[in-house]
Amino acid sequence: MMDHGKKMLLSLLAPAAAIAFALIVASLALWAVGKNPIDAFSSMWSFGTTSTSIASMINRAIPLYISAVAVAIGFQMGLFNIGVEGQYLLAALFAGWVGGNIGLWSPLHITIIILVAVLVGALWSGIAGVLKVTRGVHEVISTIMLNFIAFSVIAYFLLNWFRDDPTSLNLRTPVFAESGQIPSLNWIFTTFGFSEPRGISMHGFLLIAVAVGIFYYMLVKRTRFGFELRASGMNPGAARMAGVAPKKMVLTTMLISGGVAGLVGLSTMFGSIHSYTQDFPRNLGFTGIAVALLGRNSAVGMALGALLFGFMERSALILDLEDTPKEVVQIMQGVVVLAVVIAYEVVNRIIEKREIKAAAAATRTLDTAEEVAA
Amino acid sequence: MVDEPLAVQLTDITKTFPGVIANEDVNLSVAAGEIHAIVGENGAGKSTLMKILYGMQNPDSGTIHVRGQEVHFKSPKDAIDEGIGMVHQHFMLADNLTVLENIVLGSEPKKGLQLDFSAGRDRINEIGSTYGMEIEPDDLVETLTVGARQRTEIVKVLYRGAKILILDEPTAVLVPQEVDELFNSLREFKAEGESVIFISHHLDEVLSIADSITVMRGGRTVATVKPTDVDAKQLAELMVGSELPTPETTESTVTDVVELSIQGISALSEDGRTILDDVTFDIHQGEIVGIAGVEGNGQAELIDALMGIQEVSSGAVEFKGDDIADWSTKRRREDGIGIIPADRHREGLLLQSPLWENAMLGHQTVKPFAKGPFIDKKGARDRTTAIIERFGVKTPGPDVVALALSGGNQQKMIVGKEMIADPNVLIAAHPTRGVDIGAQASIWDEIREARKEGLAVLLISADLEELIGLSDRLLVIFSGKIVAELDPLAVTPDELGSYMTGVGVEAAS
Repeated sequence: MMDHGKKMLLSLLAPAAAIAFALIVASLALWAVGKNPIDAFSSMWSFGTTSTSIASMINRAIPLYISAVAVAIGFQMGLFNIGVEGQYLLAALFAGWVGGNIGLWSPLHITIIILVAVLVGALWSGIAGVLKVTRGVHEVISTIMLNFIAFSVIAYFLLNWFRDDPTSLNLRTPVFAESGQIPSLNWIFTTFGFSEPRGISMHGFLLIAVAVGIFYYMLVKRTRFGFELRASGMNPGAARMAGVAPKKMVLTTMLISGGVAGLVGLSTMFGSIHSYTQDFPRNLGFTGIAVALLGRNSAVGMALGALLFGFMERSALILDLEDTPKEVVQIMQGVVVLAVVIAYEVVNRIIEKREIKAAAAATRTLDTAEEVAA
Repeated sequence: MVDEPLAVQLTDITKTFPGVIANEDVNLSVAAGEIHAIVGENGAGKSTLMKILYGMQNPDSGTIHVRGQEVHFKSPKDAIDEGIGMVHQHFMLADNLTVLENIVLGSEPKKGLQLDFSAGRDRINEIGSTYGMEIEPDDLVETLTVGARQRTEIVKVLYRGAKILILDEPTAVLVPQEVDELFNSLREFKAEGESVIFISHHLDEVLSIADSITVMRGGRTVATVKPTDVDAKQLAELMVGSELPTPETTESTVTDVVELSIQGISALSEDGRTILDDVTFDIHQGEIVGIAGVEGNGQAELIDALMGIQEVSSGAVEFKGDDIADWSTKRRREDGIGIIPADRHREGLLLQSPLWENAMLGHQTVKPFAKGPFIDKKGARDRTTAIIERFGVKTPGPDVVALALSGGNQQKMIVGKEMIADPNVLIAAHPTRGVDIGAQASIWDEIREARKEGLAVLLISADLEELIGLSDRLLVIFSGKIVAELDPLAVTPDELGSYMTGVGVEAAS
């Protein structure tokens, strides 16, 4: 069998090659608009590695990671949950409203907000699950449609029912009491001797994101349910013969995916804005799909992917100041995802071929051993 | 007539796939203006031969002559250029396009840069009137009957200039009246001097339409006969082989205890056809019941019904005396119904996953694979190692992905994981398909051994040696119905062949 270390090395090669390729494409784009790519990248690097930028990068990465995990749960069984966008926004609205209207012992307060978000996210994605199981509606169609419905439902509720102060121009749910806020993690920087991030607080929800990652890993790799999930994704026919009920699986997976999606907006809510606002961060659901692809549904891979996206988004801010189009970063994001998908495919084929060869070789040795024994 | 070259001549065609000889020294001659039928069981090599003639596969050796010229086809396009057209069993039409659009698709008539639909329409009508294949060019395909869809497929092939028409089981999907219409058209076609190669299982049809009949068995052409010289029974015997394997005289281990009782189950397909028709039989402890039949006569549906995947419209299944109608597939598995699926790639394996995960598949809820809601990886790997040792699976270890193994070793893995779980009932569908003789013998021994211990086996197979060699009782399934119960010790080839092809049924009724 192939050496484990070698296999690891091969699979690291794929993202490295993809990032290099993305850098080249971005350089070409920069060069085409008459900017020096080296200058642009080096100022991105020096700006992006300050404490403040790192905190910002992590704050950006947290929701992307959770969103990617939500998408990846569906991917594991071949379900395409495009509705993370609507699920997390709707979940955040309800969580914000509930959280703003109660005041309790802090851990309980936070737990209730989280539970509401998970529940709302799961219910919303569950609609798509039920439609698929009972009526055969493809989840891509239903989740896209549910996104639009969610946007309208949110606007309606925010305007008519959940609005904090009807006289204020600022459309938002009531702000959380202190007990409903998660303290910042900026102390980590000073503890390790770095300068404290300025004007930004690293979200304490990071710990929940890590927990979500561990939950995801355990669920998929270590539980019976995870095995059945992966089996249904890889070979639905075999899974069915093995006693995995396809409908039940679709529904459960959609519920879990949506439940996780419900958490996406909470990082910002607990850490900085403490309510659901009209300009609540959007598009995290869609970017999460890209991060899931980038990280190949792996718990660690998606974390790295989310951090990379967070870094690129943060460090792009410097480009504006230097009069360089920051859209270059969006080009890089797109290219990285495409290149990673291709590179992984290539690497997988290499690994597969080697394994077949190795197995064939081992079988031959077994044969000769038997003949010798006989 | 003597000088006229044969429309198609295949000489000494051999084609092997890894571990399987699909065609061996096959010869086939089709004259111009002839309807030539090819009959044989599934796996006899008919489809491979047609794929070779249609350029979809390259023969390892042998030559193809079309109208006297030697040809080498690289793709179906080359075959089409030589005037060979094939209509597949499963239609390849776009439902949301019209008949006309479907037919011209890929060879659109053009006037300058514009599509010239009226030219296409004229040509279709002309083909229709010449061969009696009238079809309305502007109908949407999704509104057509099955017969009309097939006509569309045939016209599509003729539109591309086919002079030699290959039809793969064209009557399987048709109702009797449509069959008559098709045959009338084929006769018109023949009258124009064109040739038809016609694959079928239905011997009565073959005898009524064909000018010559070639019989294939085990990848070889065993005979070419005239329909006037044979009757259906003789033809069936040719298909099955004149000598049936003699079963090993092992002591019967059949007990009186009914383990699985199937009581009059019927099932309908999604489009309302009857796919299982009042199937009734019992399997006792220590008994192997074999199901013989040409593939596609309800075997797959029977398995699915027993596994709780196919809904039954009436009837009951009792397992160890319990009615299991509302048991889930999982519960059936957990309570001791094992399954060796018919298609190991589609229903049996996770090719990209390591062997220990594959061993777990179907037993993921029980020991040693599960520990509460979690997977017991160590238990699973130990069990896998045990399977590898006991069943002689050739692999470097339990962590190798399944696709790295040869087909025979994959099958041993599947058989092994089911047998080692010690089931009460084993549904074995083609348990030795595509495995080498050594592995086959060891799988048979395992099944016999388990039978001695009281295992009840439902054996579904296309391999008569396997069926007769293992079964205590032989049932024949035809069109979803059990049409005969035979004694494997006394059954004759023509009996078995007749029932399998439905000839015996009509004779009996």
